[in-house]
Amino acid sequence: MFSPARAWREFPQRYRLEAAKCSGCSKILYPPRLVCPECGGRKFTQEALPRDGKVVTYTVIRVPPAGFTEQTPLPLALVELTNGVRLMVQIGDVEDPESLEIGMPVRLEFRRISWDGEAGVIFYGHKAVRAGS
Amino acid sequence: MTIGIVGYGAFIPRRRIKLEEIAKVWGADAPAYKRGLQLYEKSVPGADEDTVTMSVEATRNALARSGGVDPADIGALYIGSESHPYAVKPSGTIVAEAIGAVPALHVADLEFACKAGTESLFIAQSLVKAGEVRYAVGIGADTSQGAPGDALEYSAAAGASAFIFGGDEDLIVAEIVDSFSWTTDTPDFWRREYMHYPRHGSRFTGEPAYFRHSMSSARGMMAKAGMEPRDFAYAIFHQPNGKFPMRVGKKLGFTHEQLETGWLSPWLGNTYSGASPIGLTAVLDIASPGDLILLTSFGSGAGSDSFVIRVTGRISEVQDLAPKTRAQLDENKIYLEYGAYAKLRGKIRMAE
Ligand SMILES: [Zn+2]
Repeated sequence: MFSPARAWREFPQRYRLEAAKCSGCSKILYPPRLVCPECGGRKFTQEALPRDGKVVTYTVIRVPPAGFTEQTPLPLALVELTNGVRLMVQIGDVEDPESLEIGMPVRLEFRRISWDGEAGVIFYGHKAVRAGS
Repeated sequence: MTIGIVGYGAFIPRRRIKLEEIAKVWGADAPAYKRGLQLYEKSVPGADEDTVTMSVEATRNALARSGGVDPADIGALYIGSESHPYAVKPSGTIVAEAIGAVPALHVADLEFACKAGTESLFIAQSLVKAGEVRYAVGIGADTSQGAPGDALEYSAAAGASAFIFGGDEDLIVAEIVDSFSWTTDTPDFWRREYMHYPRHGSRFTGEPAYFRHSMSSARGMMAKAGMEPRDFAYAIFHQPNGKFPMRVGKKLGFTHEQLETGWLSPWLGNTYSGASPIGLTAVLDIASPGDLILLTSFGSGAGSDSFVIRVTGRISEVQDLAPKTRAQLDENKIYLEYGAYAKLRGKIRMAE
């Protein structure tokens, strides 16, 4: 469980999928970083990620960390977006984990990621859901 | 000044539960409920879906259809709902942040039972008309709950719709011709603070509340605009179940054909603040230039908002730019059993 302060600092990347594009080598970094791992550049422009992609690989977590009890089993995937950027995200709308497959087309949708019980703050972000509607 | 809808969108969760599955648990007579309420199944939000998440997706769909409205030019955003995720902390700020409309805009969450959605539409269009803002967003969204075993459990569903209003004539897909509201104090339905489930005045809910307000509002609207039922290509009413909107429409003189496109409740359930506005998105999805639409909401407590809407020539350019409402309703469904439904809707008491 992250703190409200940390989540708030990350709203641009969590809510709007804002990535950093290196001005030196054009690599797109998500999450954004201060130094480009490719060329060492420190100048970036802001760019929103595309919301379509496919599952590269996935795993299903059945003993989840605190804050995810209602979402078990919890599928996590490495997703490659249409611009080549890869990110780790939860997969949403999965009633049967057996239905998941590598190469599955997905779209990133705005969802609750976790919540601090009944009284605490709700953390929002994106999950990958099967594309096609 | 002509003002109207420059972008519209809906979001319907993928999960469904059939009426039989709920009736089975409570020993109720499913065929009698189906006949009586004309309900077959309803949408159910996932544990990770709420009024905010659905509103963000609906607004993104509206932006996709808006002909390139820059979110930074949105000067106001209102969400009408009776299921805001927080009792204190606005839903609208999260939606505004997610669509990139912050920080120069007005935001507030609205409440008026099932009418809060159309009230947000009214305020948004009025601000544009007054010249206060360039674009304004009105949203109706709910993930409402009925108490286990109560009649409302068969209908309370989840969904959202969003409308971006503007005054650029080349962007308007549906012009707001006129509006009217009819409101009285009528205690037909309520939920007190800290209570999980609403209560209703039982038989009091039909005639003096839903029918009286909806009909007075629709009639007042048509009288004000100098129109009658046959002038409209479509009419949409609030949909607490499958039966009421058809009955109120026919009492007013509308035909089945005028009513059926926006009539989603038999397969969607009652999406409260989302209900009649989602019906409007389904109509806009297939409407033709020049069509006139009557939209009449109803909210317990009680009030009813009406709008006369005229579809423009730009509609056909935007209909395919985001997922259509009927497709969201009919495709990619996940059917739940009652146990999974009870878990998702927080009806199971968890360890502290
Ligand atoms: Zn670089």
